[in-house]
Amino acid sequence: MYSPSMKLTKEEKEILSGSKGETARKALESVVRFGDIFGADRLLDLNHGVHLVTSFGIPLLTPVFDIMDELISSGLKTAKPFTVDPRPTDFKNVACPLPAKLVFKKIMYAKQQDYEKQLLKVGLKDNKAFSCACYLEEVGNIPKKGDILAWAESSAVVYANSVLAARSNRNSGVLELLCGITGKAPNFGLLSDEGRKALWIIEVKTNALPEAQLLGSAIGMKVMEAVPYIKGLNKFLGNELTNDAKDYLKDMGAASASNGAVGLFHVDGLTPEAKEQGSSLVLKDAKTYIIDDAEIARIRNSYPLMWKNPQAKAERCFIGCPHLSKNQLYGWLDRLEKGLKDSNRRKLAVPVILTTAPDVEAVFRSDTAALKRLEATGAKLSTICPLMYMNNPLCGKKPVITNSNKLRTYTMARYFTDDEIIGIVCGGAK
Amino acid sequence: MIRSFKGRVIIQGQLQGEAVVSRQGFNVLASMQKDLMGKKSTVKGSDQNNPDIYSKAISGKILCLPQTIGSTTGGMVLQAAAAMDRAPLAILFSEHIDSLAAGGVILAKVWNDRNIVTVDGLGKDFLSAVNSGDKLSIEMDGTVHVHKNK
Repeated sequence: MYSPSMKLTKEEKEILSGSKGETARKALESVVRFGDIFGADRLLDLNHGVHLVTSFGIPLLTPVFDIMDELISSGLKTAKPFTVDPRPTDFKNVACPLPAKLVFKKIMYAKQQDYEKQLLKVGLKDNKAFSCACYLEEVGNIPKKGDILAWAESSAVVYANSVLAARSNRNSGVLELLCGITGKAPNFGLLSDEGRKALWIIEVKTNALPEAQLLGSAIGMKVMEAVPYIKGLNKFLGNELTNDAKDYLKDMGAASASNGAVGLFHVDGLTPEAKEQGSSLVLKDAKTYIIDDAEIARIRNSYPLMWKNPQAKAERCFIGCPHLSKNQLYGWLDRLEKGLKDSNRRKLAVPVILTTAPDVEAVFRSDTAALKRLEATGAKLSTICPLMYMNNPLCGKKPVITNSNKLRTYTMARYFTDDEIIGIVCGGAK
Repeated sequence: MIRSFKGRVIIQGQLQGEAVVSRQGFNVLASMQKDLMGKKSTVKGSDQNNPDIYSKAISGKILCLPQTIGSTTGGMVLQAAAAMDRAPLAILFSEHIDSLAAGGVILAKVWNDRNIVTVDGLGKDFLSAVNSGDKLSIEMDGTVHVHKNK
């Protein structure tokens, strides 16, 4: 029997002794062992639903599906409904050639339907709960300040910690589900006050608001998993978390989490903990990283071009990794229309896929006027995970462009800024 | 010549084996997915960005590395490798174990009854001292002996 290092309650000890059955024992033992490795002193009660990173039924993960079966047969499910990352395919809106489709359906994600049934049985909110941006208003998995979470999707973790001031570590896949099943998370790292202190001061000294995806990339590459305290950004974003500011921080955070391993950032004068505690969040021996226009350019120029033919014409453009908010979706519609008008075109020169959460998609599609406008440009709206789509070798080797630094990092997609994307897809740029 | 290093025991065990060394972060998904999907009897490193382990056998070896990196599915891939009896015999970290690998070795032990002997915090000198092909022995207390041929 496992002897925990952390202090457990009487009830937790009893569960570890098997009082609630073998599966519940194993679930709790997994969580306790995980906490012990990272020096957790105790378990904390979760007070909000979990968010899972694993949304794809890839046969390789059969042992994970076996765990799901065991949980289901033991009658275990999460106390609160949970959300999960986006689905890996959307053949209706993201077309792909038949061979690629067969690879998706017969090989890569052959267990997708079975896995989705399992997810529903262990507590998935509903059939629409597939989005990496689960914290969007329409999706509704929105923790409050101080809530104890166990999330695994890196872009969601950094948003919840930084913008919402909830508390989650960057959990390993499946461990977050087991935390949800047990209702517990080990107290260490970003769950503790000390773990939320900044080891880096970032001084933003650019002449204008830097591209969120590039600023996040620069910060992530420099601080890796440490907490940065960002100064000078509220000069551009203001001191209130408006929809535009939240969208900016969503994309900046996702880039910092994928180009590094940032789980929490503070923005001076803007994010909740920075507004309350100010520079007392900064550790005494914190280092400083100055980001000016030259540094942003240096970061941008450091990205390797992975395309076999660097001169290839883009065949597809993904916008929305992480998923777009409703605010962003309408913003891109306006920009695409303006870009087409400026270049005297009626249809986009490169197929564009705008990706968003199913709940946001439903709201947008219900606005028939906006939907008609989008369809007129030729852009498609999808709820797919572009990253999972690009994991198919038959799709991933195509010349795909994106404004997402996360997608650039994990696939062969080529990064462009938002303005450059508009220029390319609207035919106004060479 | 034998050099010894002491680390922290994550999953306990006593064994001997041959080292395969990644001096950079080991991407579990990129390194192991291809041969696991192909149901190969031995998983060989398939991460083209990691020349240290590319095309080298990982199954049944003692994997020495700083930490694992990459997708948060990495832990699940490690668990899958263990369940298929294709995992490394042991994993030795020069640094603190990362959350992805920790998840993987825990899932393998608790849910699949597979022990991937794991020791972390062995230090940078350990990773400098060990080379792929070296014979290693691991003690129950987390001591690792590197047996050099010369």
